[in-house]
Amino acid sequence: MENHASALIQVRNLTRTYSLGETSIHALDTISLSIDKGEFVSIMGPSGSGKSTFMNIVGCLDTPTSGSYFLEGVDVSRLRRDELAEIRNKKIGFVFQGFNLLPRTPAIENVELPMLYNGTSARERREKALEALRIVGLDDRIDHHPNQLSGGQQQRLAIARAISNSPSIIMADEPTGNLDTKTSAEIMELFVRLNAESHITMVLVTHEPDIAAHARRLIRFLDGEIISDERNNVT
Amino acid sequence: MISVPNTLKISLRALRVNKMRSSLTMLGIVIGVAAVIAMLAIGSGARQRVSDEIASMGSNLIIVFSGSTSSGGARMGSGTDPTLSMDDVEAIRRECPAVEDVAAIHSGSAQVIYGNQNWSTGIMGTMPSILQINAWEVAEGKPFTPQDVKYATKVCMLGKTVADELFGALDPVGKIVRIKKVPFRVLGVLGKKGQTMTGQDQDDVVYVPITTAQKKLFGTAIPGMIRFMMVKARSVDDLDPAQQQITDLLRQRHRIGPDQDDDFTVKNLTQMMQVAVKLADIMTLLLGAIASISLLVGGIGIMNIMLVSVTERTREIGIRIAVGAKTWDIRLQFIIEAVTLSLIGGSLGIFIGQTGSILVARFANLPIIVSPLSIMLAFGFSAGVGIFFGFYPAYKASLLNPIDALRYE
Repeated sequence: MENHASALIQVRNLTRTYSLGETSIHALDTISLSIDKGEFVSIMGPSGSGKSTFMNIVGCLDTPTSGSYFLEGVDVSRLRRDELAEIRNKKIGFVFQGFNLLPRTPAIENVELPMLYNGTSARERREKALEALRIVGLDDRIDHHPNQLSGGQQQRLAIARAISNSPSIIMADEPTGNLDTKTSAEIMELFVRLNAESHITMVLVTHEPDIAAHARRLIRFLDGEIISDERNNVT
Repeated sequence: MISVPNTLKISLRALRVNKMRSSLTMLGIVIGVAAVIAMLAIGSGARQRVSDEIASMGSNLIIVFSGSTSSGGARMGSGTDPTLSMDDVEAIRRECPAVEDVAAIHSGSAQVIYGNQNWSTGIMGTMPSILQINAWEVAEGKPFTPQDVKYATKVCMLGKTVADELFGALDPVGKIVRIKKVPFRVLGVLGKKGQTMTGQDQDDVVYVPITTAQKKLFGTAIPGMIRFMMVKARSVDDLDPAQQQITDLLRQRHRIGPDQDDDFTVKNLTQMMQVAVKLADIMTLLLGAIASISLLVGGIGIMNIMLVSVTERTREIGIRIAVGAKTWDIRLQFIIEAVTLSLIGGSLGIFIGQTGSILVARFANLPIIVSPLSIMLAFGFSAGVGIFFGFYPAYKASLLNPIDALRYE
């Protein structure tokens, strides 16, 4: 397989094995795929299918047992802990099912958090955070603490944090899992808008088919392998 | 890398969340530091008091003894062979720049009689300068003068004990006492000096002019010889030069060749002082060591709370690592948190320790010394405690796996 120019994520023969005592489990078994810049990809699969392991490796939170992972042409599969932290900081924004916001911390500071670790000046941090809050529609809530916000607002705050540092990819892991249908739809609209307007690559893990349907590409996992990879035109 | 002010902000926020817990953790350090400060202050106060007391006894004193006699191989001890003369005394006073004053002493013991009272006591033939050298005070009457020494007049001053034994409630000044059947006029009574460190009563003595002692009471083989002299150096620092000057002068005056032994002995009282001060130092060290144990316990308290805090905040740590915090970002955060606890505790401890020391000083009448050094030491020590006991929890936090940490409930 060749690196073609627009491939943002390219994994080859990616394998991740966990050893449990004497037996070892292949959470990912020689996966190969590439995701282009600007794509909106959904990943589905039952629990234990390897989709979370795949997300962790693609999100640079974990490293593969074997195989390679090129992110924007750079092999990140063998990087050290702090080098991975730097990659996550610059290129990846995370959105989690449980929001994972810092409690007792104002919204604006939650959004500034990634920039706290890369030496951005206080002024620039504030500007970028305000801009991100404006994009998600929370610019009237900058001093609110997460526990003063509704679930949907909390998830929008988490999205603001994910985009504040202008990442290449947003990795969203069951982002609507804790939300009702109406709020879920709002969040998905926001993702679609970000993907369309800012050309941020979206990788979304979900087990809900109607959420997955927002994506233009759907990858299904089962038992550590990709069983289907299809593109559609529903948006 | 995260900046220190930002880390400090995060730490302060975290500490504010659990105010009660943070205060109790600090309390351990407060008590530890206060104890160290107070103990060191009391210890150095005691040291100061010991050395003050010795200084008041005359720490600048040098004693020059006549040489020892040997009689058939048995050496008789210092002062038994009078080799020092009154001329030597004058020469030392004149020619040794490090010497402030000299008093020759020729002493013995005798019975003193007044009326129908008698008392056996020590008789010290000396010079008026003995008063300045020893910082003794005349309580009643007046001291004898250089004229009395020059003309060997029959006058005396009584120690307090002698005055009490012979005169009781009567005023001794102007009365006539008999020493070895020689009548002496009492000029004055010295103030109470108490006992020496070895238990001798310093007030059980009668002072007479040295010339009178030599001529009328305790004759010498060669006239004008003395047993020993007391010399006061100008300051503690002048002790060694004074000793050297006296030795050189006396060797020259006594015509002692380069390979001959001295026919006199020069001693000073600094050694006694050094021993006492050393004892006080050991006490200070001991008190400080005991107090340090409570500081150590306070430090373990910090470590304990930081470990709990790291566990409680696993998810927060996971979030920070996920968005790009590096190993040292996380470590720094928790170390600064621990150091903040220990430094605030340390500052309070310094304040309380100092206040406590001042109170103790007032009630126990000790010259308490809170030295800037001990404050700096306590401050540095509590920072050190924070870093030391904060490091392990911080290290543990920095090694958390972000995937597990984010799922932690």
